[in-house]
Amino acid sequence: MNDVLKAKDFQTDQEVRWCPGCGDYSILKQVHTVLPQIGLKREDIVVISGIGCSSRFPYYTNTFGMHSIHGRATAIASGLKATRPELSVWIVTGDGDGLSIGGNHLIHLLRRNFNVQILLFNNEIYGLTKGQYSPTSPLGKVAKSTPMGSIDHPFNPAALALGADATFVARSMDRDPAHLQQMLLRSHQHVGAAFLEIYQNCNIFNDGAFEVFTDKGSKLTAGMYVQDGQPLVFGENNEYGIRLDGFQPMAVQLGEEYSKDDLWIHDEKNIFKAQILTRIFDEQSMEGHLPRPFGVFYAAERATYEDMLNAQVEQAIASRGVGNLDLLLRGSETWEIEA
Amino acid sequence: MEIKPIDHVVIKFAGDSGDGMQLTGGQFTNNTALLGADLQTFPDFPAEIRAPAGTLAGVSGFQLHFGSHKIFTPGDNCDVLVAMNAAALKVNIKNLNPGAIIIVNTDGFDSKNLRLAHYETNPLDDHSLDHFQVIRIDVTKMTREALKDLTLSTKEKDRCKNMFVLGFLYYMYNRQLDSTLRFLEQKFHKMPEVLEANRISLNTGYSFADTTEVFTSRYTVEPASLAPGVYRSIVGNEAVAMALVAASRRSGLPLFLGSYPITPASDILHYLSKYKNFGVRTFQAEDEIAAISASIGAAFGGSLAVTTTSGPGMALKAEAMGLAVMLEIPLLICNIQRAGPSTGLPTKTEQADLLQALYGRNGECPMPVIAASTPSDAFHATLEAARIAVEHMTPVILLSDGYIANGAEPWRFPQEKDLPEIHTAFAPEQQEDTVFHPYERNEKLVRPWAIPGTKGLEHRIGGLEKQAVTGNISYDPDNHEHMVKMREARVEIIADYIPEQAIALGPEKGQVLLLGWGSTYGAMQGATQQLLSEGYAVAHAHLRYIKPFPRNLGQLMQQFDHVMVPEINNGQLVKVLRDKYMVPAVAFNKIKGVPITSRELVNAVIDLLANKK
Ligand SMILES: Cc1ncc(C[n+]2csc(CCOP(=O)(O)OP(=O)(O)O)c2C)c(N)n1
Ligand code: SF4
Ligand SMILES: [Mg+2]
Repeated sequence: MNDVLKAKDFQTDQEVRWCPGCGDYSILKQVHTVLPQIGLKREDIVVISGIGCSSRFPYYTNTFGMHSIHGRATAIASGLKATRPELSVWIVTGDGDGLSIGGNHLIHLLRRNFNVQILLFNNEIYGLTKGQYSPTSPLGKVAKSTPMGSIDHPFNPAALALGADATFVARSMDRDPAHLQQMLLRSHQHVGAAFLEIYQNCNIFNDGAFEVFTDKGSKLTAGMYVQDGQPLVFGENNEYGIRLDGFQPMAVQLGEEYSKDDLWIHDEKNIFKAQILTRIFDEQSMEGHLPRPFGVFYAAERATYEDMLNAQVEQAIASRGVGNLDLLLRGSETWEIEA
Repeated sequence: MEIKPIDHVVIKFAGDSGDGMQLTGGQFTNNTALLGADLQTFPDFPAEIRAPAGTLAGVSGFQLHFGSHKIFTPGDNCDVLVAMNAAALKVNIKNLNPGAIIIVNTDGFDSKNLRLAHYETNPLDDHSLDHFQVIRIDVTKMTREALKDLTLSTKEKDRCKNMFVLGFLYYMYNRQLDSTLRFLEQKFHKMPEVLEANRISLNTGYSFADTTEVFTSRYTVEPASLAPGVYRSIVGNEAVAMALVAASRRSGLPLFLGSYPITPASDILHYLSKYKNFGVRTFQAEDEIAAISASIGAAFGGSLAVTTTSGPGMALKAEAMGLAVMLEIPLLICNIQRAGPSTGLPTKTEQADLLQALYGRNGECPMPVIAASTPSDAFHATLEAARIAVEHMTPVILLSDGYIANGAEPWRFPQEKDLPEIHTAFAPEQQEDTVFHPYERNEKLVRPWAIPGTKGLEHRIGGLEKQAVTGNISYDPDNHEHMVKMREARVEIIADYIPEQAIALGPEKGQVLLLGWGSTYGAMQGATQQLLSEGYAVAHAHLRYIKPFPRNLGQLMQQFDHVMVPEINNGQLVKVLRDKYMVPAVAFNKIKGVPITSRELVNAVIDLLANKK
């Protein structure tokens, strides 16, 4: 029986090689905390990663695991899930791994809706290759390969995932263990492809990229934690909220003019609202910017690829019977040469 | 009318790509096969689906060689040419035997067609065809006339021209129409009027041949003296697909195919997607990288995993193949070669991906390479490639090519019970407190296949170099060298588990060994037979195993004064042989997107012997 697995049961004997202070440590810890809670046996869990600092993850998690090649974890996981639907498959990828070299496989996995969890560790930088800008680095980012600042318009990963028809899109961060654990659990509970973007600090090459969202002083005004069925509020004491003016989200102060009843009520199942919510992606330096949302933006049901694939196999067997190899080899027309 | 028995004949059906020549050729082939003649076919079509009508580039051809004895190739030159238009004549005229019969659709020789085919004068009128027997039929007019009572559009009626021609040839070769009538019923049962139109055209062509005095005799070809048994016709791609199903059955592993469409490999995906009741799961991925990656995932999970592609796709899969080599998991990679480089000549055949298969990856990255030689051999070669992949826990490359993929031949198909078993064993569960070593090896140097879901076997693998035995990441220099050599040794040891190289035809010792691989098989057989009959001491050996080579290959070559290696490339196997065995092997190369002919080989051998005297 799998009664009392603990977080430490998911640790391996391999020395963890991330830089001291790296946000990956916290994510590893939260995953190890959550895995015992999902009630699966270790052997039924598979972690598949690509290449990058983040992608070292499988070596540190005592389940089945594969540290594959750059960008392809999503495609590898697709084949595994298609053939072994009963396994719990977790993909660990980075902003470069998942959105640059592996962007194509990511969007296709999402539209196909394999029942897997995708943890995208977004540090807005290429960590492993020592500090080039990534597809999520902000415009103007000065990095190793952009001495004059990046001129690449960055991706908004959550909006990208939604654009690829993901059935579950969420955002969390390394520095908020409780929220991250909750999001990991929700990702696992979702039946279908769960896309979880995790802001992760790379303290070596991009330190403080998400500081406004994690720093005690600014956290509650720069960020906004959304919850299904609840109004969108933010601020130290939830004194602000977001109102929808037509299709336009607007920040308002609660009090005389507006009350909670005037606010946008979050509905995880509403694809149109989710589109707007994920589009709230203002630069924090922008005048009058809106707060960056965290939480589950969208969660909907749609048949998974593996279920439909297996249903076709079952249907083929039901209607034609289990294949007869001798009949197949015979084909439709034969002739005999006599001795 | 007199019915003349003939020994063998080469017929070429040629027309616009919209003229239905592939279908016509295929139907005539089936009909021929059912009579028990031996045969080989060679479809040859333009890369464009509908190239501009009437142009030289748009000519689509289907060549069939059949006879009452063993047929090795689709034939060097044609005895009969069906030319639906001027371009079809222009393209094929240089490959006709003297006195050949040319059946022309005169409607395809109007001024526009002549101009598109770059004819200054009409070859039907200018006596340039005087040394051929030309049969002129206005196929278009006759077909329209025959179908005048049907409500179909003229365009739809014109699509039945090919059936008229087919009927005509059926009469000429003294055939029954049943097999094609059955085929038409199946194909058009939902479109009764189209079915009727095709039927009428077929019958009209047949009766037209009967009532007009266009020829003085009809021909028959006696059944070939093939080994007794039940036969079917087989094309290479279908053989590969069926072999994969067979491998799944013989190993007890579910089949997974990850693939991305590409000519000439796509048909394997099409076939397998129809075999779902065999538990086959096909996955049309977003690109070739995803296709092989998904297959790697499926293999990790315990499936018999396959990916199918052609040259450009192979290039994309290279990095993932390296991962499979590092992971040491079973995976079958089928490359149905086409002429390259880059997009090359997508619908033409070539054997130019051999060095890519052997060496085309980063790092020292050895993989077994198996080659199919004929459409029916593709079945056995694929099954063998799957066996090696599974029993030796390794990715394996199977090489076929466009010529094998689309060519047909009679096949005395096997029964399931006669097929070799593929031995598989997943690593068993173990106690949680015993350490599992994923890279511990058995006497074959094979590591355990430890699939997710098995208690106590949790382990992590990946593309980073691993420590021998434990499989943990290792940067140790000695360990790396050890592992590089181990990966090579793992592949080389397979030579202990494959048959020795045999001589396919000819003496064990002699003047010239023709040594080849892949689709040159038929031409080499034909040439060897010819040379033997002329008294030369020539033998033919054909490699199925290119990596590793059979143990006795070096010795076998030494029994001959010369080794000649014919290839449809610029000299690839010959390089490998020279490198490995230091033999002064002679290359014979043709790189024109078409097969090597027996005649060319016969001449090459005679020249070689004359020059070396
Ligand atoms: C085919 C290939 N190209 C390039 C690389 C080099 N490379 C390794 S990781 C990486 C970027 C990783 O960035 P990200 O996915 O953001 O991961 P992080 O290190 O930031 O966690 C690159 C370019 C590689 N390993 N393979
Ligand atoms: S380079 Fe950055 S992302 Fe990589 S381990 Fe160090 S801190 Fe973490
Ligand atoms: Mg990164």
